[in-house]
Amino acid sequence: MTPPLNPLLWVIPILPLAGAAINGFFGRKATKKAISAVALVFCGAAFFVAVLIAANFSSASAPYSFPLAHWLRSGVFTVDFEFYLDQLSLVMLLVITGVGFLIHIYSVGYMWDDDGFYRFMSYLNLFMFFMLTLVLAKNYLVMFIGWEGVGLASYLLIGFWFTKDSAAAAGKKAFIVNRIGDFGFLIALFLIIKHFGSLDFTHVFTALRTLPKETTGAGLLTAIALLLMVGAAGKSAQIPLYVWLPDAMEGPTPVSALIHAATMVTAGVYMVARSSVIFEHAPMAMMVVAIIGTLTALFAATIGIAQTDIKKVLAYSTVSQLGYMFMACGVGAFSAGIFHLMTHAFFKGLLFLAAGSVIHGVGGEQDMRKMGGLRLYMPWTFATMGIATLAIAGIPPFAGFWSKDEILWRAFGASWVYWLVGVITAFITSFYMFRLLYMTFGGDDYRGAVAQEAHGHGGHGHDDHGHGEPHESPWVMLGPLVILAFLSVVGGFVGYGNRFEHFLAPVFRGATGIAQETSPESATSTLEYLLMGISISVAGLGWFLAYLLYSRLPQLPPRIAAGLGGLYRAVANKYYIDELYAVLFVKPLVEGSTTILWHGVDQGMIDAAVNDSADAARHVSDNMRHMQSGNLRSYAGWVAAGGAVVIAYMVWMGVR
Amino acid sequence: MSAMIVASPNMDVLGPIILSLVTFIPAVGGLLILLIPRRDRDIKLFALVISVLAFVASLHLPVHLHRDLNSFKFEIDKVWITTPNIHYHVGIDGISVWLVVLTTFLTPLCVLISWNSIHARVKEFFILLLLLETALIGVFTSLDLFLFYFFYEATLIPMALLVGMYGHGRKVYAAVKFFLFTMIGSMFMLAAIVWLYAKTGSFDFVVIQNAIRTGSVPGFEQASLWLFLGFFIAFAVKVPIFPLHTWLPDAHVEAPTAGSVLLAGVLLKMGTYGLLRFNVGLFPEQAHRNAPWIIVLALIGIIYGALVSLVQPNMKKLIAYSSVSHLGFVVLGIFSFTAAGLNGAVFVMLAHGVATGGLFMLAGILYERRHTYEITEFGGLATPMPKYAAFFLVTVLASLGLPLLNGFIGEFLVLSGAFQARPVYGILAATGVIWSACYLLWMYQRVFFGQVKYEVNNTLPDLSLREKAALWPIAVAALVMGVAPLVWLSAIDPAVQAALSPFTQLASKAVGQ
Repeated sequence: MTPPLNPLLWVIPILPLAGAAINGFFGRKATKKAISAVALVFCGAAFFVAVLIAANFSSASAPYSFPLAHWLRSGVFTVDFEFYLDQLSLVMLLVITGVGFLIHIYSVGYMWDDDGFYRFMSYLNLFMFFMLTLVLAKNYLVMFIGWEGVGLASYLLIGFWFTKDSAAAAGKKAFIVNRIGDFGFLIALFLIIKHFGSLDFTHVFTALRTLPKETTGAGLLTAIALLLMVGAAGKSAQIPLYVWLPDAMEGPTPVSALIHAATMVTAGVYMVARSSVIFEHAPMAMMVVAIIGTLTALFAATIGIAQTDIKKVLAYSTVSQLGYMFMACGVGAFSAGIFHLMTHAFFKGLLFLAAGSVIHGVGGEQDMRKMGGLRLYMPWTFATMGIATLAIAGIPPFAGFWSKDEILWRAFGASWVYWLVGVITAFITSFYMFRLLYMTFGGDDYRGAVAQEAHGHGGHGHDDHGHGEPHESPWVMLGPLVILAFLSVVGGFVGYGNRFEHFLAPVFRGATGIAQETSPESATSTLEYLLMGISISVAGLGWFLAYLLYSRLPQLPPRIAAGLGGLYRAVANKYYIDELYAVLFVKPLVEGSTTILWHGVDQGMIDAAVNDSADAARHVSDNMRHMQSGNLRSYAGWVAAGGAVVIAYMVWMGVR
Repeated sequence: MSAMIVASPNMDVLGPIILSLVTFIPAVGGLLILLIPRRDRDIKLFALVISVLAFVASLHLPVHLHRDLNSFKFEIDKVWITTPNIHYHVGIDGISVWLVVLTTFLTPLCVLISWNSIHARVKEFFILLLLLETALIGVFTSLDLFLFYFFYEATLIPMALLVGMYGHGRKVYAAVKFFLFTMIGSMFMLAAIVWLYAKTGSFDFVVIQNAIRTGSVPGFEQASLWLFLGFFIAFAVKVPIFPLHTWLPDAHVEAPTAGSVLLAGVLLKMGTYGLLRFNVGLFPEQAHRNAPWIIVLALIGIIYGALVSLVQPNMKKLIAYSSVSHLGFVVLGIFSFTAAGLNGAVFVMLAHGVATGGLFMLAGILYERRHTYEITEFGGLATPMPKYAAFFLVTVLASLGLPLLNGFIGEFLVLSGAFQARPVYGILAATGVIWSACYLLWMYQRVFFGQVKYEVNNTLPDLSLREKAALWPIAVAALVMGVAPLVWLSAIDPAVQAALSPFTQLASKAVGQ
């Protein structure tokens, strides 16, 4: 019998918070070794505790919880700092602390030469604190602490090289776009408070189970679910709020790996999965989630084709893969979504770290057109990144194959349209990922004669590698790559025989009972194998096409691009969505506020009216001008006189 | 009437006098400064000691406040003037206690922040500052309407003088505008107070409130709307509620830093406190009836203030307009007549006092170095002034309502309460979370990020020890209030419930009809 209370739950987030505080306050004067030690020990300890808990936690275990303290109260409404662990949060916990710890180690190598090293490690730890709070929360408001907090950490880390205007702008953009999502999240919370009187998961979900499914029309639960999805779209970079994530690549690469690939951006998926009971009661909202996910997957993948910045390709790829996860949630396959979240954390984290190793090795260059032949200079980076590419492309038996195939299979069960778009996306994914691999590592010539110049890139600590020849990264960076590569190979096997799904079953055994989580298995297993064959074929086709265009016939892609003309330009310019938003929202807001509100209403109307009446008063009488002499002592006198008149009046009244 | 002291049972020794002590320590200290020779250092030190003393003394209040009861505590009721019947009647509840502490908390920081920025007439400056503190505390403790009015108007003079004498730029214009706006506003309140006195023969808040509740005020039905409006106009100017806000940016821009801190931190709260205590406390039915259009004005204030703030080229004006937006949340919370709304409103008052007070202190620190508030004059300051940048960021985050900092608690409760009252209120107001991120982070980016544009900014010194001493309390308060808001809410909630009781009756009456 496991104890229902587990005080370790609040220790997990507090550990990295302590590390962040120590490095934040004392890091400036500490040695880099001490800073690294603090950051790694506190993050590693969180991982250790997580493993400790996991060792005794099975599919049959009852959830742990731990109330730490009361937080706020108003009338009968209360919110506590309370933590909760079930199978779902355990998976998240292991992914976050495990991958997070690896990225901490990697960062020590990657950021070692940066002046802001202590700041960086402190922010990373701070991020871990908020992310762990997010997944361990027992109510929506504590989750919201983590939710906004990871946004803060993301803001700080995207803008880490704040002397670069583009980095500072990207950080701000990320925060503001996320706030738009948070607006939806907050309204959802208010609806929940209004109708359930609490934000506690257990309380709300228990109350929910007695309500009927909103199959016939959109009601309260549909509204809540859709608003939660607005929040999720902001955090997890879905249409139409995805625009901040590509810009977020301004941050140092370990940040992109940790926050913008493996963990934070998956918070939206986690939140939707956590709220699965709500979504299951709102089929229309589920459909919206599935459609948004599917569209985002395809849309972002197409942009990925034409990007030349190695990190931008990965960024759009992340947006696209997150779309798969929402597609899964939208068709009710929550555990498949979480499964893909986990494998994605492995291979996408690896892809980013390997990209960072490349960038590190060539002196800060990120343009793939200036790379090539790097497999000769950095074999370990090449090998690991190759594995990650096989994984994301969906080549069996690598991790991505299992989770993506699970999603596609379940999507097919809902509608063949989702499946078809998903397969097309899988083809594009395979193509642009192998394109990346060939452009970066393929060929025999390193095209980056410019590596020397590229050191101007923010001047952020790569300057010491000024020998102009690409080099392999140190083992402190390669170690995490190798471990993640291992996980990208074997990570998918936890899903073999639906074991992963069964592990999560207690969480997603929703209102409709266990039946809805079991897939239409045996009867249609022929169909399943057929579909699996198709998705493997398209992955192979994508690979082949990339090989053809970027290894065999490298003169062809520019010609194709030229042939496509406007279409290519639209894709390369990300469909001009940023420009569209600027014209639609940013510009009207700033200009309207300036000319209409400030100059127009504030100065033109209100102040003018005040001044006019003052002027009018001045014309009425010379005495009035004396009053407006600007001499404050005389005003004080007027007040005194006024007061005297009043007192006199009252004395008179009293006498009477 | 004979003098009497009303004190709650089980009160500590200091109980009966503590409130007067807290109120008058600053004023007495200010008068003592008159006796000190014109050695600036001595005067500053003395002012600091006095203001810290007042703060320490004021901590007695929340510590010994009985939170379970909802009547006034630490009450003193003595006849001051027999004809007319004016009493020195003071007392506090779970709402006003925190406003008193907010005042005593900010004043020592004002002294610290003014240390080097005031060069001429130093003596008068600190006397005015301390007199202002007493007047502000008096406003929040008065339970006699005349006494309240006396303190309320008494804040005007030192504040106007601080702006007019120690400000910069068009300081006289700003001081006069401030003075006239609020003076004209208070005239309406005075008329209402006199009417109430004429009908009840008392200025006593509790007496009048009971008289109104029992229906023993002749002619009240016909007059109540005008009485409500009389108070409302006075407080609306002070808050300020759109469209009566245009004095605020001018006053702030020209005011010395300490003036801005107290103006935004405390003075504006006289308005929202007045709305809560008098408009809602004395005229619940009128408050209920007039709530819709007042809420509309509050919503306009929230959104309009934020949007105008967004495009201000002047840092101080930006913060001033952001106050219009934040105070809109307070008004919205009050007139939502929900527990969450009122709790949140009071909490926003306090949180805004800390965070915006902090922002004005930070702006002042920069002004001392560069003698400008123009945002375009800066850029890249995080490089020469990292500590300053860090404090600024924490304050900005508190102000934009990041969870675990103080701005979030109040904002969340207000929005939640407004949503309960009517979803559209909550939805419109919640856009504020987007706007505040826009104007604050954009300003922060332009001031601190990028390369240093002007060479002179490279030489700016980072925070001095004295400045850090003034900023640390702000940062700590922002964090503690965000993590442990129950310390405050546990006192606020009972008082709020008491304020709400007429409305639950109103609601049940409405259902009965």
